Order: sequence, then structure tokens, then C-alpha cells
Amino acid sequence: MRIKNHPILEFKKQSTINFTFDGKSVEGVSGDTIASALHNLGIRKLSHSIKDKRARGFYCAIGNCASCNMIVDGVPNVRTCVVLLEEGMAVETQENKGVLYERT
Amino acid sequence: MRELDLVIIGGGPAGLSAAKIAAESGLNSLIIERDYKVGGQLVKQTHMFFGSEKQYAKTRGIDIAKILVNDVLAYPDKVEIMTETTVVGLYKDNVLTLLQKEKYIKIKAKAIIIATGASEKFLAFENNDLPGIYGAGAVQTLMNVHGVLPSEEVVMVGSGNIGLIVSYQLIQAGVKVKAVLEAAPTIGGYKVHASKLKRLGVDILTSTSVKRAEGKDTLEKIIIAKLDKNWDYIPGTEEEIIVDALCISVGLSPLTSLLSMVEADMKFVNYLGGLVPVINHQHETSIKNIFVAGDVCGVEEASSAIVEGYFSGLIVAERLGYKHPNHEELYQDFEAQLENLRSGPFGEKTRLGLKELRGENNAE
Ligand SMILES: Cc1cc2nc3c(=O)[nH]c(=O)nc-3n(C[C@H](O)[C@H](O)[C@H](O)COP(=O)(O)OP(=O)(O)OC[C@H]3O[C@@H](n4cnc5c(N)ncnc54)[C@H](O)[C@@H]3O)c2cc1C
Ligand code: FES
Repeated sequence: MRIKNHPILEFKKQSTINFTFDGKSVEGVSGDTIASALHNLGIRKLSHSIKDKRARGFYCAIGNCASCNMIVDGVPNVRTCVVLLEEGMAVETQENKGVLYERT
Repeated sequence: MRELDLVIIGGGPAGLSAAKIAAESGLNSLIIERDYKVGGQLVKQTHMFFGSEKQYAKTRGIDIAKILVNDVLAYPDKVEIMTETTVVGLYKDNVLTLLQKEKYIKIKAKAIIIATGASEKFLAFENNDLPGIYGAGAVQTLMNVHGVLPSEEVVMVGSGNIGLIVSYQLIQAGVKVKAVLEAAPTIGGYKVHASKLKRLGVDILTSTSVKRAEGKDTLEKIIIAKLDKNWDYIPGTEEEIIVDALCISVGLSPLTSLLSMVEADMKFVNYLGGLVPVINHQHETSIKNIFVAGDVCGVEEASSAIVEGYFSGLIVAERLGYKHPNHEELYQDFEAQLENLRSGPFGEKTRLGLKELRGENNAE
């Protein structure tokens, strides 16, 4: 849900950014972080705890608590609250601690 | 390995201000910022600030951020800014490890100013990890920076200034604030902020806190209860509130993990927000050439973070052989500004905290 009217701030209409969330095509706008775009879509569960798989959403929005970690373009543990959304990003819910991998 | 004169960790008001004075003195610096933009906590504060004119009182936080950023951008040859870069390691020989996207980078600095700010505290209650439970500052970022609402209705926990201000800003953005809960018997923040909320019909429930959250994968309701004078829940006073967003505003704690990595002397001072580095009057820690400024060395306000930034920038410039042309004058001015900011009833906590930190033990 985006703010429509605000007494102090002006939110100009921004260009659309297309990305995918767990494989589905979705939209955000320019200036969104990954987390804010997902939140606007009503997606609050971004991650889960490693052992008990309890749902996790964003908490601090300053890149400090790791509660918003997701896989972005194949890279695990991305703090989605401080990373700007980019066209074509593939955002996925992370199932484990994040796997080390080698780029080819 | 790249070797620099001054590295500033954190691009909030303290870090930006330090870079400005360093640049004025002729000293080059590199600001490293974890977020995709500099400005720190100020970028989401739509309210006007208190304080005196020198620290931009009566100006909105978001506009102060612009001023501070422009001050630094005026020195493109002297100040370099790296965003989306986190300092993840700090070593005693002044080597830093940076994480930028997937790359680790090592750099070395003659002097370091740590200006990492503070983070919001958590509150212990059942199911406090459900999505829909946020730090108040996080919600402020979501709505004031990104224009996204947390939900249609919220409950705020904590009636300090941040809790009150963010509640007001939620209402401005079109959200219904169902209640503000305060564990203490009295409201913590300034009366002006509390009155504004009360006029808008928001209940501020004192001696009350959240006992439990409920919901599947996301918050659906909370159970609140009254507290006795020992802050224990009073049985039988539980009440249920249907709400899908809860903001927690129970204070900030300094982000000092980098200081622990170099084993700087630390002390737990409640008045300053928790564990803080022991510093001398020049804002230098027990590790030579590692300085601190802003909330990281005691949670205060943007106004004092700015002046501490200027002050540490001035000191470091002199240390590295770039004495500011007006060094003596500025030194006295910054010291006087800090003293002034901490005078009066609202500065009491900081005054007591600093006394305790410096071991001047008539503290309590
Ligand atoms: C709701 C609210 C209302 C407020 N109202 C007022 C007011 O009316 N008046 C007032 O004077 N003050 C006010 N403040 C307080 C003020 O915003 C803070 O005291 C001030 O921002 C502290 O500045 P700082 O530079 O120390 O830290 P911050 O602003 O927190 O900046 C620290 C920066 O460091 C970065 N960082 C942290 N760790 C790392 C790392 N490892 N690597 C790289 N970067 C890192 C962070 O991303 C951040 O940008 C308010 C705060 C809030 C939340
Ligand atoms: S919400 Fe805390 S790191 Fe992103």
C-alpha cells in the first residue's frame, strides 16, 4: 500500500520496475528497496529462522538485524532493506543459511 | 592494499560532519556507508528539530540531511563516498575489511572515525519475531522514504520521543494508531509530542505493555496487560487488540561491534544506551588513532552527533598534520556547543552518562 496524500512529503509517480519474487513476475517502483517493494505487495514474510523455520519480516530497515535476508540474483544473505530494487532482479526466499558457491 | 589518511565509517550526521571539517582542513577522507545513500537516521525525519540554530533547529530532519550531504559534495576532490559497502572487520593495525556486494576489500587508514550510529532495541515477549512487528525507525523509513504504509492500523510500544513522533507521522501518512503503550507509569517523551497525539484521539496507556503476539506467519493480534510497579504483569488485566502491525520504540543501543573487534576499552553506561567506548576529551578511544562520533559513543540526538562529527574531524585533521586555519576558535566553539546542548533538564541523562563513563563518580 502506497501513501496517496501526505501533508509534508510529496511522492511523485515513479517508473515501474519489474522483478520476480519466488519465480512470479511482480512490480515495484524506482526508489524502492527490495523490502519496500515486497511490503507494498503485501509480502511481509521475507525469510525464516534457520532451525524452527519461523517466519521473519523486516525489523530494522538499516541493514543491521539480518531479519530480511533473501537470495537476490543467486546471491544469498542479501539485506533487502538496504538494497535498491533493480529491473529484472530475481528475489527468492532463502531456505537455509545460504550456500557458498563459485561463479562461473 | 589501498592506504588512506582518514576513513569514516558511517555516513550519518556525525560521519558527514567529520568529513566536512576534515576537507576544510585539507585532509582527504573516505566515507563508507552500508545503506545505498548517506544521511543516516535523518533521511526519514519529517519533523522539525529542537535545539539551537547552529544545529539547524526548526529545520526538518530530511532537509538537514540535504544540507549535510551538500556540505560534503562541495569537496569532490577531498571526500570520497562509498555506499552499499559495509565495514565488516576492523583490526588493530588500522586495517579494515569492507564488504561490497560479493567482494571483500581490505584497506588501511592512518586514522579512523567510527560513526556507525545506533540500532533499535528489541523487546522480549512471546512471538516477538512475527513479521508485522517492526522497529519504529524502520516503519518511519518505509513510509517517509519509500512512501509505503506498514498497514492500515498500528499499535506503538514506547512513549519516548521516537515513539510519539513516529506515531504522529503514521497518522500523517494515513494510518490509524490504535494505542501507544508505555510500561512506565508516566509518558517518556516531551509533552508537546504527547499532546498532539492526544488531541488526535490516540490513547497513551501507561503502566501497560505487550505480553504476547499472535498470528500465523504475520501478526494478527496482540495481548496487552497492565504492569505493577515492579514492571510485572498484573494477572487478569489482559486485553486483546486486533492489529496487524506493531512498532517497537524502546530505545536505541550504540552499534559498537567494530570497537569490540579491536578490543577498545568499553563500559556499560545505561544513560548512554548501553555498551559504549571509553574515550578521552578528544573523542579518541583506547586504540590510538581510532576515534568515535555520534550515537555510537552514546545515544543522543542528531544535533550533538553533528557537533561531535565536526569536533572529531577537527582533531583528526590536526593529528595528521592538516591543522584547520581556525582550529583554536572552532575547538572552543564545538566544545561550547556540546556543553550547551547537554545543559538543561533534557541533557541530564547524557551529563550523568558522560560522568559515569569518565569515572567522575558523583554520577548518581
Ligand atoms: C524518530 C526519531 C526522531 C528523532 N528526533 C530527533 C530530533 O528531534 N532532534 C535530534 O537532534 N535528533 C533526533 N533523532 C536522533 C538522530 O536522528 C540521531 O541521534 C542521529 O541520526 C545520530 O547520528 P549518527 O551519525 O551518530 O548515526 P546515524 O544517523 O545512525 O548514522 C550511522 C550510519 O552508519 C551506517 N553504518 C552503520 N554501521 C556501518 C558499517 N559497519 N559499515 C558501514 N556503514 C555503517 C548506517 O547505515 C548509518 O547510515 C531522532 C531519531 C529518530 C529515530
Ligand atoms: S531489516 Fe534488519 S537487516 Fe534488513
